[in-house]
Amino acid sequence: MTQDVYAGPGAETAEGKVFTVTGQDWDSITQGLSDEGVADERVVVNMGPQHPSTHGVLRLILELEGETVTEARCGIGYLHTGIEKNMEYRSWVQGVTFCTRMDYLSPFYNEMTYVLGVERLLGIEDDIPEKAQVMRVLLMELNRISSHLVCIATGGMEIGALTVMTIGFRERELVLDLFELITGLRMNHAFIRPGGVAQDLPRGALDEIKNFIQLMKKRLPEYAALCNANPIFKGRLEGVGHLDLEGCLALGMTGPVLRSTGYGWDLRKTQPYSGYEDYEFDVQTWDTCDSYGRFRVRLNEMWESLRIVEQAAARLGQLEGAPVMVADKKIAWPSQLAIGSDGMGNSLDHIRHIMGESMEALIHHFKLVTEGFRVPAGQAYVPVESPRGELGAHVVSDGGTRPFRAHFRDPSFTNLQATSVMSEGGMVADVIVAIASIDPVMGGVDR
Amino acid sequence: MSDEKAPQVPEAKTQDPSTDVVRSDSQVEQAVGVRRGMFGAHGTGDTSGYGGLVAPVVLPGAAQRPFGGWYDEVADALESTIDVDRVVIDRGEITFHVRREDLPVVARTLRDDPALRFELCSGVSGVHYPGDTGRELHAVYHLLSMTYNRRIRVEVTAPDDDPHIPSIVDTYPTNDWHERETFDMFGIVFDGHPALTRILMPDDWPGHPQRKDYPLGGIPVEYKGGTIPPPDERRSYS
Repeated sequence: MTQDVYAGPGAETAEGKVFTVTGQDWDSITQGLSDEGVADERVVVNMGPQHPSTHGVLRLILELEGETVTEARCGIGYLHTGIEKNMEYRSWVQGVTFCTRMDYLSPFYNEMTYVLGVERLLGIEDDIPEKAQVMRVLLMELNRISSHLVCIATGGMEIGALTVMTIGFRERELVLDLFELITGLRMNHAFIRPGGVAQDLPRGALDEIKNFIQLMKKRLPEYAALCNANPIFKGRLEGVGHLDLEGCLALGMTGPVLRSTGYGWDLRKTQPYSGYEDYEFDVQTWDTCDSYGRFRVRLNEMWESLRIVEQAAARLGQLEGAPVMVADKKIAWPSQLAIGSDGMGNSLDHIRHIMGESMEALIHHFKLVTEGFRVPAGQAYVPVESPRGELGAHVVSDGGTRPFRAHFRDPSFTNLQATSVMSEGGMVADVIVAIASIDPVMGGVDR
Repeated sequence: MSDEKAPQVPEAKTQDPSTDVVRSDSQVEQAVGVRRGMFGAHGTGDTSGYGGLVAPVVLPGAAQRPFGGWYDEVADALESTIDVDRVVIDRGEITFHVRREDLPVVARTLRDDPALRFELCSGVSGVHYPGDTGRELHAVYHLLSMTYNRRIRVEVTAPDDDPHIPSIVDTYPTNDWHERETFDMFGIVFDGHPALTRILMPDDWPGHPQRKDYPLGGIPVEYKGGTIPPPDERRSYS
């Protein structure tokens, strides 16, 4: 028990006595502490990395005086997969397939910021077809709803509001069904490509979206009814994880955390991309600077996203048959997908064309798919407003067929730094609430 | 292409990419690397003649005054404090290249000057240019002024053999983790950082994975009798 089994051989890694807690051994720990004559209340506790309340593999190192947190530190990196490095060894289009896997709750935003950077480097920002832009907005706003739903659902679960969890995942499933219908996948879509989107809307998608909007208009008030004035819910969230505007800016916080201080900074309004200036929506703020405010901001933002989805669906109704990929054949992905008897795959018409009809089409297909296109040398940074804040990709090209460097400024990574300032001095149970209000996604934090 | 088999291929020194390239619009640009050949075939196979191509990799060059719009205001305010090495305006984004020893002053000025007010730092991103001799490691900062709704980029460099850049955590506390990540991935030492330790890789990890000389790793995969090499050893287009 005095031996730290996780420390290296002979390494003096911790000060004081180390206990490895395996459960049901509290008596032996208190006994051991009193034997040492160090029976003060100060304990250093590792929470995580495997803990249901740490949003994935987040490790919290908490120093406790009784139940009060005196110091809180994060240990991250458990989900580091080297996505940025891997992207340097694939073509520009393949990069989308990698970066969509970073923040797995908001894959379209990862794709979007990367693609916007590539498009700026290519100089084709103004050539993206309208329908592609509207589809991107539609998918992103649906994604914002699903991401906020998970945040509210898991946040509710962590404070014991299990119904919020079950209904949150129930509604998220509806969004994922729409994603599956439109992109073919529930997550990791790689659907937004440099130059447009991978594919046109399938038949019947607009009807499904309209049904979804109608259903959500009935379902979203349930969250408000369950939580907004719930005394237990408010008791757990109000005043917890306090961070004012000054603290937010110093720590680089963006997204709902920043907006919960009453400052309506939203990149969709202030630096619009993808045609956001054409949609009517309001930036949602709250003025309490606490976890409750962030919950309300997210809840209201889902309504606003629904408004945008409605407008985007209406526009898509008038864009039937319009192109979804840039006209430049040197950039547009040559392959076409179609639904066959065994699911989605390469369109047989396209295969027939390149294999049987046109040698030039085959060469073109081969060159674009294996080599890819070249991107003029330079660097670009085009951030988007993800559900968690400013998500930006610093994309650097050396003029080759692969990204020279792609660095993602992930809002989860940046916002997680506020854990200490939000939870120190509070109760240990409030640490969970504070972190849930940041809504970190470890896939994005560690990349 | 190996030299003894193809003596007719001109030597690279006929086009020395390390010297500055002067474009027709008189902007002096510095090459950060050199690209050889075309199809990624080296040593054998390429009979097209394109294997002898040598092309410098040139990043966008310095812009000339007037920059236009608010770019001049920011540049004036910065240049009243320090010497800006180079201002690059490319694709609507402005980049200030400053000397690394000036970085803390630059950051403080950008944040506190009422005419600048860059309140938010979106972190630091490292880039490793092995061909940019003497300035191999670049640290790129993206700054946002919410007051004026402006975005700029500040870039500093450090040589590989002296990878030190001053920390700006005391101006932008958000850079704490970002600088740790850049140290972790590139080995750039941010002097003055309160606790510069690894953040994503394990504490005892050797090397800095995002550097260009660090291999991607991976093992060959056998499939139906064929062997597919790991991604960084596959034939690739140069």
